[in-house]
Amino acid sequence: MNNNDIVLRVEDIHKSFGGNEVLRGVSFDVRRGETKVFIGPSGTGKSTLLRCINQLTPPDCGNVWLDGEEVTNSGARINYFRQKIGMVFQNFFLFDHLTALKNVELALLKVRGMGKAEAREKALTELRQVGMEDWADHYPAELSGGQAQRVSIARALAMDPDVILFDEPTSALDPELTREVLEVMKKLAREGMTMLVVTHEMGFACSVANEVLFMENGVVAEQGSPDLLLHDPRFTRMKDFIGRIDSRMED
Amino acid sequence: MDVLPILIEWFPYLLSGVASTLGLVLVALVLGLLLGLPMALGQVYGSRPVRWVVGVYVWFFRGLPILVLLFLFWFGIFPGLGLGDLSAFVVGAVVLGLRGAAYQSQIFRGAIQSVGEGQMIAARSLGMSRVTAIRSVILPQAMRIALPGWSNEYPNILTDSAVCYAIGVVELLTITSRIVTQTHITMPVYLTAAGIFIILNYGGLKALHRLERRIAIPGFGTGAM
Repeated sequence: MNNNDIVLRVEDIHKSFGGNEVLRGVSFDVRRGETKVFIGPSGTGKSTLLRCINQLTPPDCGNVWLDGEEVTNSGARINYFRQKIGMVFQNFFLFDHLTALKNVELALLKVRGMGKAEAREKALTELRQVGMEDWADHYPAELSGGQAQRVSIARALAMDPDVILFDEPTSALDPELTREVLEVMKKLAREGMTMLVVTHEMGFACSVANEVLFMENGVVAEQGSPDLLLHDPRFTRMKDFIGRIDSRMED
Repeated sequence: MDVLPILIEWFPYLLSGVASTLGLVLVALVLGLLLGLPMALGQVYGSRPVRWVVGVYVWFFRGLPILVLLFLFWFGIFPGLGLGDLSAFVVGAVVLGLRGAAYQSQIFRGAIQSVGEGQMIAARSLGMSRVTAIRSVILPQAMRIALPGWSNEYPNILTDSAVCYAIGVVELLTITSRIVTQTHITMPVYLTAAGIFIILNYGGLKALHRLERRIAIPGFGTGAM
């Protein structure tokens, strides 16, 4: 593998909460433009893993590098790295007191130090990216869940991140709204955005992911292309898991 | 004896007490805000010693009757600090403000804590420092949440300010009792003073409610409807 292509390197991440070891040594490399999807039962540390990457939850040990620079133990420089590592949350976490436009603008003004006109221009461009430019002046409470999530994606995009972490971006949405968010994410993937996605959407995983990582008990249990994990007889654990979800949904 | 002409004659003098009373309230509210907000931030985000100091402060100023606080500061603490020359007005306003800060800090603390934790997480995930996140994301929301409760401080301090009579601040109640002494008219004079307090109360609350509506955000918080 060409080392220069690797934008994010995650090495041997461990994290415990009160004696309960949620992550037990997770490592992987992410190449530029790649979409990796994390699948697995709840409580296996997928969301914690994402938060360990941008240090919202600092890992107990292990290292993260972004473009060859160490993100872990970076002190105050973490605020620089977080601009480069976007994050999209299950519950959107839009700033409730600001319009869609101002939500996207805020970090451009306060973190990047952009001028007002420039920030506004950039924010409108990002809202257009996610099809929300007509809603620029609406407050979060006036948006549907799908619209709110698209605005939060625009907010992450505005920082020109090297990679975006999606933490169950559609889990709080009904199927209709899920589709509009997944469409935006597929578009980003096509345009070459590097993405790490924790999701239960198998359809999305199969159509977009370059690689699926099936996590169980705090480790990556299986790893490979969606096609490989779903059809190669040597891999069974993710298939078992998906079977369990499907049978539960049929009940 | 015809009361009304006498009341009318003394009314301008009575009104002169209004300025002093409103002065007490204004200074106390502003001082309470300037001290109360940092105290709230210290209590939510500060280290253990900071939280402890704020806790003791709040416990002290909420634990004593306003009259006891006034006497403590007027006769003991300020003179002891070499500030015996301070006028009764200044001492009264400062004590009301120090006490108000204790109450206001708890209003702001509750408001800050009721802003969803996701707001801070989202702000930090974009690369904002903690201070920037507090200033640009948490406080603008917390202040809106706090305003209805904070509005309550106005009538509280307005009515409490009458206690400053006890250390000789020439405010509305002091002037009222002087007029009573001069004219030997009791109830009508006190009722007039009461009427003025009620009008001040009503007017101030009305203005605060207008402010609440003005800064309300669609679908957010408890903004007045």
